[in-house]
Amino acid sequence: MSIFVGKDTKVLVQGMTGRSGTFYTDLAMRYGSDYVAGVRPGKGGTSHLGLPVFHSAAEAVAETGANASLIVVPAHHAAEAMIEAIEARLGVVVCVTERVPQHDMARVKAALTGSGTVLIGPNSQGILTPDVCKIGVMPTRAAMPGPIGIASRSASLTSEILAQTSAAKLGQSTTVGVGGDPIHGLGFVECLKAFRDDDDTEAVVLIGEIGGREEEDAADYLAALDYGKPVFALVVGRHAPRERKMGHAGTLSFFGSETAQQKISHLQEAGVIVASDADQVVACIRDAL
Amino acid sequence: MDLPEYESKELIAQFGVAIPEGRIAHTPDEAEEKSRAIPAQKYMVKAQIRSGGRGLAGGIRLAATPSAVRKEAARMIGATLVTSQTGPTGDKVRAVYVEAAIDVAADFFVALALDPAAGQPTLFASSRGGVEFEQMARMDPDVVKHLALDDDTAATRTKVAKFLTSLDFPDAKGAAEVVMQLRKAFLANDMTLLEINPFARTRDGAWIAVDAKVSFDDNATFRHPELEAIAAEPHLSPAERVAQENDINFVKLDGNIGVVVNGAGLGLAINDMLVDAGGKPANFMDIRTTAMSFDIAKGVELLLEDPKVKTLLLNIHGGGMTVCDTVAEGVAFAYSRSTRKVPIVARLAGQNAEWGLRILKERYLPVESFDDMTGAVKRSIEIAGGAA
Repeated sequence: MSIFVGKDTKVLVQGMTGRSGTFYTDLAMRYGSDYVAGVRPGKGGTSHLGLPVFHSAAEAVAETGANASLIVVPAHHAAEAMIEAIEARLGVVVCVTERVPQHDMARVKAALTGSGTVLIGPNSQGILTPDVCKIGVMPTRAAMPGPIGIASRSASLTSEILAQTSAAKLGQSTTVGVGGDPIHGLGFVECLKAFRDDDDTEAVVLIGEIGGREEEDAADYLAALDYGKPVFALVVGRHAPRERKMGHAGTLSFFGSETAQQKISHLQEAGVIVASDADQVVACIRDAL
Repeated sequence: MDLPEYESKELIAQFGVAIPEGRIAHTPDEAEEKSRAIPAQKYMVKAQIRSGGRGLAGGIRLAATPSAVRKEAARMIGATLVTSQTGPTGDKVRAVYVEAAIDVAADFFVALALDPAAGQPTLFASSRGGVEFEQMARMDPDVVKHLALDDDTAATRTKVAKFLTSLDFPDAKGAAEVVMQLRKAFLANDMTLLEINPFARTRDGAWIAVDAKVSFDDNATFRHPELEAIAAEPHLSPAERVAQENDINFVKLDGNIGVVVNGAGLGLAINDMLVDAGGKPANFMDIRTTAMSFDIAKGVELLLEDPKVKTLLLNIHGGGMTVCDTVAEGVAFAYSRSTRKVPIVARLAGQNAEWGLRILKERYLPVESFDDMTGAVKRSIEIAGGAA
């Protein structure tokens, strides 16, 4: 059917009453997703966009049966909102907020340990199962149900590859933005595991970029088993202007490869078909399927 | 953001970590005068630059007397140091730090960083610190080992001491105490990296942080206005500064194709395609989702002001809050205010793509449109004078 979200997903929005919260909740509801409540401390008992607003996530869950959350709150409150959503036992939590401090994410990671929550983000465009459920801020006009699962570190490239696969009549099972921050919730490996178990997904596209360890971890995972479905990848930043980095090579290598090319080689060694550039992804899929 | 050496050291000193006594000086006279106030047999004169690797580039010198300090300071201040980390243009030395030379028995390396997977502070350590550490670590990453620093309990202290013993640290218990002080400083200041190299063991058995580098989280400056105020000025050109003020990530490059893109991933993708095809980007740009037409116009103006720019490659995938017409309006506005009207190669896709293109055409901008990035990249390179 899809991964992490489906037709039974009921979404509450933390920060619904703000400017971005209103804008994106409205769009997602018009897309046909099942949004059931908003959360805004101090505004409990009111309503917004036709939905009841509650003081806390726990209260909203108890009253509406929500099982997922979209977090659209400012960066300095985002960690508290994520922890609140995890403690309210929501199954899927999507945080789109940018610029959440890394030490705050350390606390969120601690709260996440042992919980049943799947955290997507922060700094993520969210998760989309075309025609079924949208939790996030991505454009949906080009989305089309189909067999391609997409896991991505880049919002803009997800839109691009989604549009290209739709134009080629391939369509998507689910697209997941794992988020652009160094410390985040679920990663490529969890997405790959879920896509592997999903009957509607016939192939997976990973969209990676320089920095971090997502691609390396995905390659290690794929190299260790017979995945059973073709996996494609696009990794951008081969010619990126080199960032000045402080710190020593020995420390930094712990946080991932220095170059996009190293990531590409790592993925290729694990059997992943890597597109040479952003216009070649669909051609790669066509050749292989 | 990165803190200069002396600020980094003062910060960790507040948490009980021993540092050599030192002073900052902006002129050779000041360096000599301040060294007289430091009770020491000999002095170290250290060029203050933003990047590492200065030891091998002549940026750290021993001076036996205050007048020798003056000589070294005169040699460094105003000079440009090129190190393995500065890039070819180097960093200009604006000040030196003069400190007591330490009677070192052996140099070690310790660093703290956040482990992105677990979100825990993680200790990195090596018994082979010093100026050549980086080259060594590059050749053999195994000279550095790491250990999670979950908490501040006695059990963790013992674990750290054991770990350091396994790496041949002498007095591992004492070193572990310093590591726990560093952990406190790291957590209290939203640091993303805290690196002590050399972490010196003196002949009389003390642990001293002879150099320290601190990076702290740009996203946490709201909690640390005091750190933001003393952070090393980020290395921005005037153009990059204007862009930053207008919600645009902008990195100046020295090619002739101006690139306007929304989204960092899409920006990296088109940059790869351009360079692969032999093109020379004049910049890297990522219009943030919060940018409005006026912000975008500012970004485009920066490119039009650059006499090297021969054409503008517009690669927009509209969606969310940045739709194609918003970008087109920004471009049109910049062109209306500029006497330079370089040809535009546009690849607009996603939300309001047709509308965006119509805006560009109806304002009589010199625009050619392509459906895919490959075609647009090829054309922009032709206009700019062909592949390199």
